[in-house]
Amino acid sequence: MADTPPIVPQLRRRGSNFGPAKVGLWAPPIALLAALIGGAYALNVLLGQRSFLLPAPHVVFGKLVDPKTGPDIFEALLNTAVVSLAGLVIAIAIGIVWAIGMTQAKWVERTTFPYAVILQSIPILAVVPLIGFWFGYDFFARVVVCVLIALFPMVSNTLFGLQSVDRSHRELFKLQGASRWTILTKLELPAATPAIFAGMRISAGLSVVGAIVGDFFFQRGTPGIGALIAKFGARLNSAELFASILVASLFGVVIFLLFGWLGRRAVGKWYDFG
Amino acid sequence: MPTTTTDTRTLLDFQDVAMTFPDGTVALSGIDLTVSRGEFVTVVGPSGCGKSTLLRIASGLETASHGTLGLETSRIGYVFQDATLLPWRSVQANIELLAELHGTAKAERVAKAKEAIDLVGLTGFEKHLPRALSGGMRMRTSLARSLTLDPELFLFDEPFGALDEITRERLNDELLRLFAEKQFAGLFITHSVSEAVYLSTKVVVMSGRPGKIVDTFEVPFSMPRDPEIRFTGEFAALVGKVSHALREGHN
Repeated sequence: MADTPPIVPQLRRRGSNFGPAKVGLWAPPIALLAALIGGAYALNVLLGQRSFLLPAPHVVFGKLVDPKTGPDIFEALLNTAVVSLAGLVIAIAIGIVWAIGMTQAKWVERTTFPYAVILQSIPILAVVPLIGFWFGYDFFARVVVCVLIALFPMVSNTLFGLQSVDRSHRELFKLQGASRWTILTKLELPAATPAIFAGMRISAGLSVVGAIVGDFFFQRGTPGIGALIAKFGARLNSAELFASILVASLFGVVIFLLFGWLGRRAVGKWYDFG
Repeated sequence: MPTTTTDTRTLLDFQDVAMTFPDGTVALSGIDLTVSRGEFVTVVGPSGCGKSTLLRIASGLETASHGTLGLETSRIGYVFQDATLLPWRSVQANIELLAELHGTAKAERVAKAKEAIDLVGLTGFEKHLPRALSGGMRMRTSLARSLTLDPELFLFDEPFGALDEITRERLNDELLRLFAEKQFAGLFITHSVSEAVYLSTKVVVMSGRPGKIVDTFEVPFSMPRDPEIRFTGEFAALVGKVSHALREGHN
């Protein structure tokens, strides 16, 4: 049959972010970083005797490679990473299952969604002591803090994604007599994947916050980066404090980027995952 | 009228069908209409006259509030207003979807999809995702997806309304060719009078809300249809008559 082939639009390339064309993208934030480092040096000098308030950047970096402090910081970071990833995985699992439950039965949504909202509104710092009181001050309690902080975006995003399916798509499945399970697995969940990955990215960042908050309060067991920050803060070890804050922040950024990358890998072909 | 088939069973039979929605809107009233194999019936009417509701009742998506619906087949193809493709599935996987939902084995699914892909001229585009296709190609994919069911009754809900004129005309020709080959029973909703006359063996004109059938026109042109008939005086005269009935019904 005669038909002009359509002009197939070139899909946006999602390859390296470091090609020459991307220089324009990366140059401004790097310039800002350089300015901030320069500013830190300037302030450090200006502060004179009180320069411990803002240590010189090379001193901070030095603490990371210093055999006396570096290994402690990275070990603590590793502990924090384990706690936050465990919390994240649990939050993802609970969040997805909860949201599916809400779409499958209206009463589940009516009964439980208000509590999901309340959960998100609770000032987490207010309940952390209670969590320690109930679950101890070790690994498990820290994971619980992470889950509490990271759960809501997973629930709300998954729910939004599952409910965003077009009416005509539902009808397409209904016309073939598809079961609820088939509609869930072949239509609703695939359609919700972009929203689920967007939720994961938010939750991932929050679970890092949760792990650090947990560390801060629960000092028993292996110390995480939060415990180290508390210790350095109390001792006025400002360079070590800055170094710990720096790696904790970088870890949060890496986790955020990782989930953005995973999201693009999963749905980038058919959805413009930001 | 087609001569290639002896099967002219009536597959769809509306008897005094009316539809009143729970909010009190009367969408349809007193609809009597039959569609048989080898017939291509087109319904034209002003927007909001309940044409789509008619189709939704035929497909089982809605239940009529009054009257009876006779349905003599379970092999029903339904082509939506938009292509309703799943954006994460390739053309191939989209076309396999319906067979997949019916639990057809992979090998048979692939064979059915291949046949449908060849029929609508999508060969070479199997691996493309819907977003890489033009509107016309998406609608072809949607058509091919329905074809895998080998429907005896084919329902079309203004499928080409959003397409440009040239693509629409080309798809009209494709549809006529498919009809000549498969001899299904077709029920097609549109608001283009010339499309209605060109495609069908019978044109049904509906009035504004509540939708009633105000006139029915047999289309005398033989199948398969020569695209050139659109430029004949006879064709123009029939389009004129249908348009006239449409205006009368609207007032």
